[in-house]
Amino acid sequence: MTQINVRVDGVSNTDDVEPRTLLVHYLREQLGKVGTVVGCDTSNCGACTVHLDGAAVKSCTVLAVQADGGEVTTIEGIAQEGVLHPVQKAFHEMHGLQCGYCTPGMIMASIDLLKENPNPSETEVREGIEGNLCRCTGYQNIVRAVQQAAGEMAGSAPAAETTGAQS
Amino acid sequence: MIPAPFAYARPTTVDEALQAIADGGEDVKIMAGGQSLIPVMRLRLAAPETVVDLSKVAELRGVRDDGDAIVIGAMTTHHDVLVDPLIAQHAPLIAEATETVADRQVRARGTFGGALAHADPAGDLPAVALALDAEFVIAGPGGARRTVPAADFFVDYLTTALEEGELLVEIRVPKLAGEWGMHYEKFNRVAQAWSIVAVAAAVRREDGQIAEARIGLTNMGPTPLRARAAEAALAGAAASADAIAAAAQSAAEGTSPSSDLNGQADYRRHLAQVLTRRAVTAAAGL
Repeated sequence: MTQINVRVDGVSNTDDVEPRTLLVHYLREQLGKVGTVVGCDTSNCGACTVHLDGAAVKSCTVLAVQADGGEVTTIEGIAQEGVLHPVQKAFHEMHGLQCGYCTPGMIMASIDLLKENPNPSETEVREGIEGNLCRCTGYQNIVRAVQQAAGEMAGSAPAAETTGAQS
Repeated sequence: MIPAPFAYARPTTVDEALQAIADGGEDVKIMAGGQSLIPVMRLRLAAPETVVDLSKVAELRGVRDDGDAIVIGAMTTHHDVLVDPLIAQHAPLIAEATETVADRQVRARGTFGGALAHADPAGDLPAVALALDAEFVIAGPGGARRTVPAADFFVDYLTTALEEGELLVEIRVPKLAGEWGMHYEKFNRVAQAWSIVAVAAAVRREDGQIAEARIGLTNMGPTPLRARAAEAALAGAAASADAIAAAAQSAAEGTSPSSDLNGQADYRRHLAQVLTRRAVTAAAGL
């Protein structure tokens, strides 16, 4: 066992882990952060995406020991005092989900994308979340949600083209 | 799935890393970004006795100017390659190909040196390194260093010139003299970023002619290859669509592509010709 110190969603943790423990399993099974899900187990689907030291990563493809000394943010850590993060809110409003399984990863990847590109085109959104798969084929509303969130985070009104979304 | 148990070492310097590799037993795996290694360990296709994790070896990260070359630390992430001004200035082909690697999460962890040392035939960066005549600086037991040209680095499927106990430290990319254009043209399935075939082209134009062309082929054999016949046909040719199309006909000469679920060998040969024409056309600024 190896001892690690990791700050997760603002809380410091000291734990013993096996070196082979994947970050996603540490988060879910030792810390109970089950908002982060395991989708494919092959590094393809992105459902397990979290932020490690400020960058979106697939937590099934990082060892827990590699997060030692680092800071992790999961889907459970982005709402502030009960107020949804603008990207969460936009996914809700634009119905950016069907079954919801890909949603935690989609939101964490989208936040990372918007940090780098605050006003992405539709193509840039689609390329930016290419590491996240939605098997309900719900990409259309996901893209709308990311663009609406971009508008809200920039402090401007959301674009008028969002009227086609289900809500 | 969960990887099989392994001993874990996390050195902070190259010397410590070499020692950890030497001390690691019979089956040591060096982990750079882990974006290829962790998946194969999860599938238990690899079950090393020891994993030496380079993520804390700061001296292996970053890009520096070394006069006639830029030097890319083996642990420089794909993300950092994409935003590096020296690469943008002297070797934009590397950034263009890196942009097509996997996805943003994988690019945040995956590294330039790790992708090259892994030497997957469908990986994008080996053909780029080959086209740019990069040199591989390798540290061995005791810290001795040797330099291997790209043409000798890629030996076979997933196999490089790296010997047991050795570590890829940095990659030297010579600065090109004259007016060069570059382009990476890739053909892949939308849901998978692995190249079915891709072509890395660098072209020097002079007085309306193509003075020199360098063409690297991805996934046209167990190792990346140079399209030597097409390069020879382009040297001194007119910078015209017809001349480029004629030269690209020979792009698959000397290649030995595989047949798999993504395409048969003859289809890959066809792709090599088409993608070479497109890559050279774009690199020549036409």
